[in-house]
Amino acid sequence: MRVVIAEDLALLREGLTRILTAFDIEVAEAVDNGPALLPALLRHRPDVAVVDVRLPPTFTDEGLQAAIAARAEVPGLPVLVLSQHVEPLYARELLTDRRGGVGYLLKDRVSDVAQFVDAVRRVAAGGTAMDPEVVSQLLARRGPLAALTPREREVLGQMAEGRSNAAIAAKLFVTEKAISKHINNIFTKLAMPPSDDDNRRVLAVLAYLNA
Amino acid sequence: METRAWVRDGLRAVADGVIAVGLALTNFPLLVLWIVALVLTPVAGIGLVALPFVTWLVRGRADLARRLAARAGVAIARPYAPRPENARLGGWRRYRWILTDPATWRDLAWLLPGGLAGLVLGVLSLALPLYGIEGITLLPLWLSLGLDSYGYGIYWPIQTLGEGMMSLPQGVLILAAGVAVAPALRWVDAQFTRLFLAPTRAADLRLRVAHLTETRADTVDAQAAELRRIERDLHDGAQARLVSLGMTIGLAEELLERDPAAVRKLLAEAREASGSALVELRHLVRGIHPPVLAERGLDGAVRALALNLPLPVGVEVDLPGRPETPVESAAYFAVAEALTNVVRHSGAQTAAVSIRYADGALAMVVLDDGRGGADPGAGTGLRGMGRRLAAFDGTMTLSSPPGGPTVVTMELPCALSSPKTSHSSVRA
Repeated sequence: MRVVIAEDLALLREGLTRILTAFDIEVAEAVDNGPALLPALLRHRPDVAVVDVRLPPTFTDEGLQAAIAARAEVPGLPVLVLSQHVEPLYARELLTDRRGGVGYLLKDRVSDVAQFVDAVRRVAAGGTAMDPEVVSQLLARRGPLAALTPREREVLGQMAEGRSNAAIAAKLFVTEKAISKHINNIFTKLAMPPSDDDNRRVLAVLAYLNA
Repeated sequence: METRAWVRDGLRAVADGVIAVGLALTNFPLLVLWIVALVLTPVAGIGLVALPFVTWLVRGRADLARRLAARAGVAIARPYAPRPENARLGGWRRYRWILTDPATWRDLAWLLPGGLAGLVLGVLSLALPLYGIEGITLLPLWLSLGLDSYGYGIYWPIQTLGEGMMSLPQGVLILAAGVAVAPALRWVDAQFTRLFLAPTRAADLRLRVAHLTETRADTVDAQAAELRRIERDLHDGAQARLVSLGMTIGLAEELLERDPAAVRKLLAEAREASGSALVELRHLVRGIHPPVLAERGLDGAVRALALNLPLPVGVEVDLPGRPETPVESAAYFAVAEALTNVVRHSGAQTAAVSIRYADGALAMVVLDDGRGGADPGAGTGLRGMGRRLAAFDGTMTLSSPPGGPTVVTMELPCALSSPKTSHSSVRA
């Protein structure tokens, strides 16, 4: 698997490179600014891009914009966005193209190396990896998700974080069958059209973020 | 020495008197011009352009009178309302701005009496010394003209050679009196000018409001920039280091069984990273509010700062108490900025800081023996310093002739809390 990294702070750029390399993930290129990201992505066509939100030259949300632009250019290009703070607003913007392969994590999560590498792989495979922080911020809100039972909201939150049915079942101490029942209920309540399961999961997460 | 100062002041006053006479002669023509410009307003709107122009001349003239008054020791502020933003020349707004400003009318009221006073007082201050000089230089003149044809002082006409010789001491006395009296005449003229040209109470308040509006905006800007800087420093500094620390430890955890040697290296790295994170936090905290300032006040903080600089800095602080925290902080950072400039730009061998409290204000002086030539317009540092102080009605003046020395004088009006009587407390 090959990745392109965009991170302006050398310390973190090297840390990320080292961790990914240690897990046999090839770092095709590590850029340190926003404008260099898109050309690097087009040149290497990596399996996933790991991008810091705040990059030079503007030090605003340069990385996020570059990631969204790259996904417009290369539809469905998996992008894992890292930041020192998370905003549900940014998560929603990342997901608006309704394709999977999106992750949005606090940089803190990288220190749980195994889980981080797992998230990188999951996003590369077209899944999602929303930070628990984003999820918990949204759980506290009311909205269209009011129709869901607390348990269903919990399951939806776990889906947003990117867990598989089996993983959710293990986490909530129920059977996998119970989880798929919950998920079907969620799809029905959110009026998700029947389609392949992966895509519906993304849409459900998006509904969750839009709530 | 004292005599020389007295003579110098007198001669300068006489010279100012001459200037005042010259300027006074323009007053009447200016008044006429202004009235003509006003009357011409209905004629194809000429006045819309002419009146602002003539008013500009009148105000320039009034400003010169204020400058002369300042030289005589009477400070007179400009009373004019600030120009509205979209008041273009030739526009109605500009015209209205001029006509509705009471200061315009006060200027006009001043033109005639002011001109007259300037003329009379100026001529007077010149006439006495001239007459004195005449007395001193009269002798040859009088000899060539012959007796009985001329007089001087108390002898009129001069009849004997002895009386003629008396013109010399009389002349010296009159010249001395003239020079001595000239500053007083200038002062009277200045007071008369102030009567008309100083801001009224309302204008004073308006100026004050304008000043406050400006300094408030500056303060808010400075504060926002400061917060942004702190956010940046945290984001790129300590926060990033902690993330990196987490990464290193996480990786070490993963490698624990596979590669213990690498783990040892990673852990050493982690320890180092935690150290640098702390150093960065400490620097940041010092930039926000130095702990030593909180603990020891301005005196201790400036001394501590001086010790950290690469050149010897003499510190002299004489404060009977502590100012309010925000004032103290502003004072500290102003001194710190001044010292930073010394280190960066002056090439000085030594510097000195003096801080004392007098007349309800902190007076801070930072001087160095460097190359001088500092330009307050050049760097943002000096300007920022001025702004920091302006928020508390403080002022900063800079004297930095080429070749040095550079002296930064800062004043910060404030009250001091009564000094803490004792730190020791009675404990069982």
